[in-house]
Amino acid sequence: MNKIPNRQAICDVLVEKAAGDKDIFVLCSDSRGSASLAEYANTYPEQFIEVGIAEQNLVSISAGLAKTGKKVFAASPACFLSTRSMEQAKVDVGYSNTNVTLIGISGGISYGSLGMTHHSNQDIASMGTIPNMRVYLPSDRHQTKSLIKALLEDTRPAYVRVGRNPVADIYSEEETPFILDKATVLSEGTDLAIIACGEMVSIAFEAVKALKEQGISATLLDMYCIKPLDKEALLNAAANAKAVITLEEHSIYGGLGSLVSQLISANCPKKVINLALPDEPAISGKSKEVFDYYGLNKEGLIKTAMELMNDVK
Amino acid sequence: MNLTQKSFQLRKDVLDMIYRAGTGHMGGDFSVMDILVTLYYKQMNISPELTQDPLRDYFILSKGHSVEALYAVLADRGFFPKADLLSYSQFGSKYIGHPNNKINGIEMNSGSLGHGLSVCVGIALGVQKSGGGNRVYTVMGDGELAEGSVWEGAMAAGHYKLDNLCAVVDRNRLQISGSTEKVMSQDSQDLRWESFGWHVIHATGNDITALDSAFKEARNTKGKPTVIIADTIKGYGVSFMENNPAWHHKIPTNEEYEKAVAELAAKEAEANE
Repeated sequence: MNKIPNRQAICDVLVEKAAGDKDIFVLCSDSRGSASLAEYANTYPEQFIEVGIAEQNLVSISAGLAKTGKKVFAASPACFLSTRSMEQAKVDVGYSNTNVTLIGISGGISYGSLGMTHHSNQDIASMGTIPNMRVYLPSDRHQTKSLIKALLEDTRPAYVRVGRNPVADIYSEEETPFILDKATVLSEGTDLAIIACGEMVSIAFEAVKALKEQGISATLLDMYCIKPLDKEALLNAAANAKAVITLEEHSIYGGLGSLVSQLISANCPKKVINLALPDEPAISGKSKEVFDYYGLNKEGLIKTAMELMNDVK
Repeated sequence: MNLTQKSFQLRKDVLDMIYRAGTGHMGGDFSVMDILVTLYYKQMNISPELTQDPLRDYFILSKGHSVEALYAVLADRGFFPKADLLSYSQFGSKYIGHPNNKINGIEMNSGSLGHGLSVCVGIALGVQKSGGGNRVYTVMGDGELAEGSVWEGAMAAGHYKLDNLCAVVDRNRLQISGSTEKVMSQDSQDLRWESFGWHVIHATGNDITALDSAFKEARNTKGKPTVIIADTIKGYGVSFMENNPAWHHKIPTNEEYEKAVAELAAKEAEANE
């Protein structure tokens, strides 16, 4: 099992790239440890800014820095960054169109036992409704690295959410298919289209393998680009399937499932089931315990897939 | 034309803009006008042709609802044709009721209070990191100081000893609901700024000479950011608007418009003597 969380992968890329680029700036809000940024802070103290526990300030300062030509990465727990600072993200980053990448760390229910204050089940919805703001939930450390490298090369606002713990590799050092804003097709099938994002992709990946053994073939899309959503890949997958399942670590309202359902109902109507967190303060516990409780696991996905196949036959 | 005359002339442009459009924030425009004129005609290194020059000074209008005053100043300084002001608040115009960075000379979008100072902290840090000597300015309203995010910005500016940053508080003592001291007291603000590591200057905010001296003092202050608490009069220049909270966003009748035009013209003529 891989032991490197996606947040560490982000730091690794920034450390590597900052060596040759004095314009890269990383900011945090008393979160250098939780964001795995200590190595960056120690290596490039002149390109690192600590703002203290002040997430609104974090985002506005980032936007100001970007005005002076810096490539700015601001990391803070996703729960605070995406909603406490939402107005700063809306006005100073999205509306003013500044070169800021907001990095939401320990997203979803990574801080499982800390309760709803520390869960970020609203970040796709909040960040996704800000014009100019792109929203990415990379699935493993290799894709995370590819994404951060791509974001270093452009100047538009973005929000990236990663979790706290290591997740199983889907890709490899040698082979990480990645085109910015294009979903990665992990398998192709004719029965179901499964659309997953973030760290749920590895769960879906395992479920798809198990479904195949039971004679159900599924297309699996790693939809790391929630906004802009890769409509072409999505409609292709849906058109070739009898039904669609979405899987995400986010509220059932306003996340990947909502966006996919909107698009499919308008273009190639068919049954879509959204697997996500319900509209309630999530139960607390370790991530895996919480996922198991809500059926956001391999078994839950397989069960939903089997029921759905019976329905649409 | 001296700058005091200029500031009355520009108030007339603001009056026209708001009277024509039927929307705007005249009271705060009139209180802040001398601050903007001092910055844009005497203090800041800016030019219409070099709005992206890395050596330029930066200005963020944190109290974004006073944008009409900023439009009048920018048009007069040649950042865009004065005729563009005719489209202020018209359907689809980029000259909207709060600063919009699609307009030449406007750095950032603003309007939601309490953002400008933190953005300026970022700019000042960026300039400092690049080794530039540029100066960074923002103007806030006194009512705006109730936003908590202002004090996050103040704390960071003091912590990083940003002596290239100068904030101005347009201290006209009125907000929509009435006196700032009744709504949310701001009279203890000297202590607040000082405790966050700022140099505090008081200046008469509708006096360009006094403001110019204050900005010079700020420029010469090393090792800490400066705040200029500019004591202004809301609605300054038109007798019946002065110190009347109704003129925060009231629109003049025909009669009031004519009277205001006459008063501003008289003030402009008087300033020539």
